[in-house]
Amino acid sequence: MNGMTMKRSFLFRSLIIPLWISFLFLPFKGLLPAAVLFVVLSVTIPLSKALAGYLKEIRLPDLRLTRFVPAGDRLGLLLLVPALLLPFAGDNYITDIATLAGIYIILALGLNVVVGYTGLLNLGFVAFYAIGAYGYALLNTRLGLGFWSAMPLSVLSATAAGFLLAVPAVRLRGDYLALVTLGFGEIVRLILNNWDSFTKGPNGINGIAAPQVLDIQIGKISLYYYLVLVFVLVTVFVMRRVQDSKTGRAWIAIREDEIASAAMGISTTWHKLSSCAFGAFWAGLAGTLFAAKMRFVSPESFTFMESVLVLCMVIIGGLGSIVGVIVGALVLVLLPEVLREVQMYRMLALGCGLVFLMIFRPQGLFGGKHAASDR
Amino acid sequence: MQLLTVKSLSKQFGGIRAIEDVSFGVKAGDILSIIGPNGAGKTTLFNCLTGFMRPTRGSILLTDRELSALPPDSIGRLGIARTFQNIRLFREMTVLENILVAQHARIRYGVVSAVLRSTAYKDEEKSLREKAVEYLELLGLEALAAKPSGSLAYGAQRKIEIARALATGAGLILLDEPTAGMNPLETDEMMALISNLRVMGKTVLLIEHDMKVVMGISDRIVVLDHGVKIAEGSPPEIRSDPLVIEAYLGRETH
Amino acid sequence: MLLQQLINGLTLGGVYALIALGYTMVYGILELINFAHGEIYMLGAYLGIIILAFLTAAGLTAYSLPLSLFITLVLTVLFCSSYGFTIEKIAYRPLRNAPRLSPLISAIGVSIFLQNYVMLTQGATDKVFPSVLGSGGFEFFSTRVTYLQAAIIAASGIIMVLLHLFVMKTKTGKAMRCVAQDKVMASLVGIDIDRVISITFIIGSGLAAVAGVMVALYYGLVNYSIGYSAGIKAFTAAVLGGIGSIPGAMLGGVVLGLAESLGASYISSEYKDAYAFVILIIILLLKPEGLLGKRREEKI
Repeated sequence: MNGMTMKRSFLFRSLIIPLWISFLFLPFKGLLPAAVLFVVLSVTIPLSKALAGYLKEIRLPDLRLTRFVPAGDRLGLLLLVPALLLPFAGDNYITDIATLAGIYIILALGLNVVVGYTGLLNLGFVAFYAIGAYGYALLNTRLGLGFWSAMPLSVLSATAAGFLLAVPAVRLRGDYLALVTLGFGEIVRLILNNWDSFTKGPNGINGIAAPQVLDIQIGKISLYYYLVLVFVLVTVFVMRRVQDSKTGRAWIAIREDEIASAAMGISTTWHKLSSCAFGAFWAGLAGTLFAAKMRFVSPESFTFMESVLVLCMVIIGGLGSIVGVIVGALVLVLLPEVLREVQMYRMLALGCGLVFLMIFRPQGLFGGKHAASDR
Repeated sequence: MQLLTVKSLSKQFGGIRAIEDVSFGVKAGDILSIIGPNGAGKTTLFNCLTGFMRPTRGSILLTDRELSALPPDSIGRLGIARTFQNIRLFREMTVLENILVAQHARIRYGVVSAVLRSTAYKDEEKSLREKAVEYLELLGLEALAAKPSGSLAYGAQRKIEIARALATGAGLILLDEPTAGMNPLETDEMMALISNLRVMGKTVLLIEHDMKVVMGISDRIVVLDHGVKIAEGSPPEIRSDPLVIEAYLGRETH
Repeated sequence: MLLQQLINGLTLGGVYALIALGYTMVYGILELINFAHGEIYMLGAYLGIIILAFLTAAGLTAYSLPLSLFITLVLTVLFCSSYGFTIEKIAYRPLRNAPRLSPLISAIGVSIFLQNYVMLTQGATDKVFPSVLGSGGFEFFSTRVTYLQAAIIAASGIIMVLLHLFVMKTKTGKAMRCVAQDKVMASLVGIDIDRVISITFIIGSGLAAVAGVMVALYYGLVNYSIGYSAGIKAFTAAVLGGIGSIPGAMLGGVVLGLAESLGASYISSEYKDAYAFVILIIILLLKPEGLLGKRREEKI
């Protein structure tokens, strides 16, 4: 590169791009903030460009978790110790957040089956979560069913919904499928919101009973935390084994190349259906656990943004990688709690993050190029 | 014995006739090549045979089973496997996993026994992996087993596609331009490989542009032009057929 | 009553059609559902308010209302087009050859970003439009039509015709159609694809800006969250008419607007927002190529 073009591209980065972005920002906040933005950008953009150049020189480290920990099992066991001891730290608030994180892990692992393995973008996954939650809420408050007898029913209804929605939808091309699932998610929320006589509408349902194990009422958060932890372990256990079976391989094959999969004798329709139903199963479980934890459900918990948030958990960690999805869920639940001040900017950063992730690390932060089969 | 019988097959797209009234048969154990200029309808024919396109008219019989209305995966399970002109590997899976996926239809165990790691699951997975390695050895790919297939060289990818087709256990293998983009050395290797398939008892249907390959290994040749079959015969017959020379060889002067 | 609903529906339909054009043009060329397009419309509504308020404070509105409105419209279109242009450059262009779902996820990211960007800079509460227009109107078969409604219907009709002529007759328009049909061929005959794509985003965003300003005038208030549902509805309109087809977007918008307005008054207004989703799902499942679209065969 000769001096002229170098000078020009430096000028472009430090002057024209910041000027352009500040111009776009101008009407929203006025002259002074726009000027501040200009100064900030004209320093940071060339700087980050130069920094990126140096980073390229020293080679980005391979962030694949499996690189550092040869066996995922060892990492899992390592994580399990603090996880088991957590409630003894004594802080109910932390235990509460950790419980929520556990529920999100189950939910995100369910979505990972659909998006990560099979490659079907579902933008309304939260609908199955909602069906699970309302399933338990309604069975409990209206029919008086306990947690353990209601759970199979609520999980089953979520699974059935996942399967039934998939029957017509899987014929569609990827992006159309995404829109249909989004529509389905919104319709479910609108029904929950408007069918007052059945779901109590926007007020939600309260007074949901906590689960009971051997005569012990699991109302206390520390006990409930252990219950969720057990379910998380079950989910991870089942998920890994299904991933290593012919069904898991067929799902991933469909993501990689649907036409070649069909040529190999794999029924793509059936496997897409089974993937949607299997994913919805875990969403139903997560929903049931959520309703039993909060003892209250309302349509507000099941918006499109919630679907996007769960999708982000799956994408950030690395599509198709179980460890990655767990890390993704933990990061997105814990980070806003740790950095309370930045909570306002959480969604802003999430939006930016999605764009940059797609551009620079489409395999996710922790997924290797070969995330699909990490174990 | 006639393994595949194609009877007056036609395929139209809107008003365009891609294939018009094509009939031919393939004997078990033969290598039959389909040649013709670009746009003659060769790949469309493959797509009809493997269920990716529904023929407008005509019938396709595998021994005596009618295939023309079946979806691709059913046809795959009945014993027809194919490769693709533009290579369709499961790119982020390893080479070994590609071969494992190909054996999908033969696996008996269910999801429950996979979750419980039953003996049925363990035994079957073990034998699957052994078989997969055998297929890879057959094509000299065993060293690449653990590599992501998408990162490999072009020639290796073509071979993996063939290994994958073989691993389905199909008796009839459809190869769509297996030597496209290969250098003369690789082409010779591929030729030997295809001849070897016959030794293994496979029947091969081949789309190929390289005349050296076609004339060297085919038992019979079918010539298509503008979707119509204009000749069929042994390599010497095709070479001296005036219609073929005029319609095909005459046009491509190189 | 019925006629009143028809006019309301037609007004709504005109707005949906204007937004739908952006979806349809981008999809036609990039096969991308530009999820952030609804937010451009929302930006348009906000910018309309901000600029008009500024002009009013500067005294221009009192001097000449039409001039003030005209400047507002021009500046809003300018800004929104710039946003569309910039978004394409930053968030979509690097993903031109990425797997199909990557740009869609990137677009969702942009959408979230823009919503929160406006919420943080302009506040989460409704913003009220300076009421500069009276509620003047005229009687039409004993139904009241406000001037604004008439203007929206007329403007969307005129813009649609102009756009159609642009795409069919001008050199740039022909290049756009060429790129939509076959990118490789288009670049072989010397069409600058990047430029065509940029122009598509600029035009699409400009149209969304017009829709935004008109809606802000029509309802008199905006909120940072209006882009999401309007976006989905406009996308539904585009799919309904046949994605990739400009007359289709027009038809789809009008049908959807009428369905929504009639549905709200004759079936149930609580589920007003659900009609679009139901129509979207039904049309995608039964006739994904839409009313006026062509079916595309996938290559093997």
